Amino acid sequence: MNITLNINGKSHSHDVEPRLLLIHYLREVAGLTGPHIGCETSLCGACTVEVDGRAIKSCTMFAVQANGASVVTIEGLAVNGKLHKMQEAFWNEHGAQCGFCTPGMIMASKQIIDRNPNPTETEIRHGLEGNICRCTGYQHIVNAVKAAAKATGA
Amino acid sequence: MATTTTKPETLVGKRLRRREDPRLITGTATYVDDIKMPGMHYAAILRSPHAAANIRSIDTSKAASHKGVLAVFTGKDTHDAGAVPCGASLPGLRVPDHRVLATDRVYYVGHPVAVVVAIDRYVAADAADLIEVDWEVLPAVADPEKALAPGAPAVHPQWPDNTAFVFNQEGGEVDKAFAEADVIVKQRITSQRLVPNPMETRGVVADYRAAERALTLFTSTQAPHLVRSLVAQILGLDENRLRVVAPEVGGGFGCKIDTYAEEILMAYVAMKVNKPVKWIESRRENFLCTIHGRGHVDFYEIAATKDGTITGIKVKIIQDLGAFLSLLTPAIPTLSVLMLPGLYRTRSIRAEVVGAFTNCVATDAYRGAGRPEATHGIERMIDLLAAELKMDPAEIRLKNFVHNDEFPFPTATGLVYDSGDYAAPLKKAMEMANYDELRREQAEARKSGKLMGIGLCTYGEISAFGPSPATPAGGWESATVKIDPSGTVTVLTGTSPHGQGEETTFAQIAADELGVDIDNILVSHGDTSLVQYGIGTFGSRSTAVGGTALYFALQDLKAKIKKFGGMLLESNDVTFSGGQCVCNLSGKSVSVKEIAFASYRAMKLPPDTHPGLVATHFWEPPNFTFPFGAHLVVTDIDPETGAISIRRYIAVDDCGNILNPLIVDGQVHGGVAQGLGQALWEQAVYDDNGQLITGEFMDYAMPRAHMMPWIESAHTVTPTPVNPLGVKGVGEAGTIGASPAVVNSVVDALAPLGVKHIDMPMTPEKIWMLVRGGKN
Repeated sequence: MNITLNINGKSHSHDVEPRLLLIHYLREVAGLTGPHIGCETSLCGACTVEVDGRAIKSCTMFAVQANGASVVTIEGLAVNGKLHKMQEAFWNEHGAQCGFCTPGMIMASKQIIDRNPNPTETEIRHGLEGNICRCTGYQHIVNAVKAAAKATGA
Repeated sequence: MATTTTKPETLVGKRLRRREDPRLITGTATYVDDIKMPGMHYAAILRSPHAAANIRSIDTSKAASHKGVLAVFTGKDTHDAGAVPCGASLPGLRVPDHRVLATDRVYYVGHPVAVVVAIDRYVAADAADLIEVDWEVLPAVADPEKALAPGAPAVHPQWPDNTAFVFNQEGGEVDKAFAEADVIVKQRITSQRLVPNPMETRGVVADYRAAERALTLFTSTQAPHLVRSLVAQILGLDENRLRVVAPEVGGGFGCKIDTYAEEILMAYVAMKVNKPVKWIESRRENFLCTIHGRGHVDFYEIAATKDGTITGIKVKIIQDLGAFLSLLTPAIPTLSVLMLPGLYRTRSIRAEVVGAFTNCVATDAYRGAGRPEATHGIERMIDLLAAELKMDPAEIRLKNFVHNDEFPFPTATGLVYDSGDYAAPLKKAMEMANYDELRREQAEARKSGKLMGIGLCTYGEISAFGPSPATPAGGWESATVKIDPSGTVTVLTGTSPHGQGEETTFAQIAADELGVDIDNILVSHGDTSLVQYGIGTFGSRSTAVGGTALYFALQDLKAKIKKFGGMLLESNDVTFSGGQCVCNLSGKSVSVKEIAFASYRAMKLPPDTHPGLVATHFWEPPNFTFPFGAHLVVTDIDPETGAISIRRYIAVDDCGNILNPLIVDGQVHGGVAQGLGQALWEQAVYDDNGQLITGEFMDYAMPRAHMMPWIESAHTVTPTPVNPLGVKGVGEAGTIGASPAVVNSVVDALAPLGVKHIDMPMTPEKIWMLVRGGKN
């Protein structure tokens, strides 16, 4: 099937198998390295990207379902080399250790403060419950989300 | 610290954000699955669906003729590859022949049977499904106690008792201690099988260049040089033509120390098909085929006098080994034995370890590796003893700690503890918690039937692996420091960090020692063509051993810098400080940058000095280090649901000197999360047929953000005399401290109901049953 989608501001058109998962499309066809594959069962969140403004697990969706959609991945967050405030906060607060969950975690975290600019710790933790991190115990990630929310000035 | 304290710009000890993070937060880091090569093919592995079965026949014809398939290999094809290695040895150890692909029999669910190489990962998976195997299913045993019972199915037919080894160790006068004891407490304590679950599964890209006889393996490992040596040996390759690269590695926690069948297999297959081949482990495969941790059933006995002085400890450990011995499998429970004295003065200890084969994947090192199991046992036994003697758990610990004037302290298990102030973290934790007030509150709460618990754990650990005689494959570490003609600095380390932050901490050490801007320093690791040799990252060793190797390499380099500086300044009396060589007589100075240029230009050389600024140091540690600490946990139990709520989690850890508090906090938090995971949620559950029931994230309860309490982390600092940095290691501390503290807290909460012990994981169902009167 022919699909066309916008990824990080650029249009991509390809002929793909209907069974191709969006995460495999992004990584194998579109050549991205940011969204990661942690489980392929929609349980870990390492592949989280934004599709039309909503954070989704890109292993839970076929590429053909994203036809016509606008996709933002971790690679698309920084603008002209300036990090997104959530990326900056993850750096400052040591929100990443091995870094494998990090792109998905940042995308999920961005959505938390997009929806609620001033989340409580409980709201942050519930907002992150779809994303597994094995390294950090989440505390520095929670700190990062708090710091990014504060940087928004909300 | 060994660094000069006069320099205002000292970076060691600062809470610096990490230098490795820019690539991680932008999605531009290169993990194995991000590597692509011209002509690259993909491998899919057909695995056994049975825990025990004979292979009557395998038909690969449909798979081989499937469009896009390059080759299919079975165990018959790969029999000339050597065995998957076990690097640990014990007297009388039975080592099963572990082939890279099963030949005539499979021994656990997930056992590799055949490999398909195809044009993409979908085609490879399709073709693997087309392989037909005629199975003769055999009885299996998946529980270590059942495996050791008479009449159990034999995992390996040649060893019907399913016993791989029996290991005994004893120190002191155990029989006397127990004969003269006022009180003896006994308890069966388990440490359940856990799945390490790094977020990046394993993966390999193998690239063979036949004309050069050169093979490159990109693999998600914690020990690339070890992989190189072992794969070269197993496949009969020249080690100098095998390059192993650990690119960005997405977590390890011990499970990526091992050299696995798939690493050997992909090397083998790439050489056969003459194409680069990629294999990426699925999460399901990771659950089934990457080593598990723990797997203990322990029978403890503790002897004491009535004032609470512990006089002896006896334990029988049944270690669930799985079907095969992975790299360190049989060594892990021997670490448990070494740990048995804990922080206490007890001089009489007897341990018997029985290694049991089961039809499961191998157990091996998982964060803590033998030490959490022992700490859990000892810390539970001390609470049981305290309850028996009606003593406060803090009081009994304070009574038994090794005293500050007893270091170096020789233990009953043959270790020599380096340094410590064991009471300090406990006292600090109690102060942070306002312990006496908490106990008063608990007494009040109990009057109204509320279930509130306070749990302690005072742990010690063996870290910084370690002296080579005590560490399989060697325990030293290497470092090279190079300064280029332009003055930029490169540090090469034999450690292989994968999240622990040594690109930052090692740069902090080098910046302080050389007095150069940290931005001029690059720390590289994980590539055997770059780093001459190294041991790797595991056992809380990287900073304490690798950082020390770096420290000594820097001293060697500084000596050379001074020689060149003296030559340039025409002085024999120079000081090197703050990146400048200064003549103490004239006050003139030259910078490292100027010295570096002169050393390569080599118009003139100081006497007995060669051109260039490079130093390499291999450092052999004289001892392990012994971090310690105290964790204190306050829990509330909901009797209606059995839910455990952690009100306070206090972790006071002493890891010696702290190079970067931000990174140390992160290590503690992550460690605690894994310890809490074991205490409360995680368990690898095999059914009686050897099927892994908790084999996906859907069923295996990983700690998630909303499940974790806030961790109040604090430190005491007792430098180790073992290395000049004074650092002990912190990678595993949180995991070792957490599980007993949480279990002790919950048992304390349920003590009014007569509960004395609870095995992990303490699921709400289990707690609800106990509240309802069922005894665990």
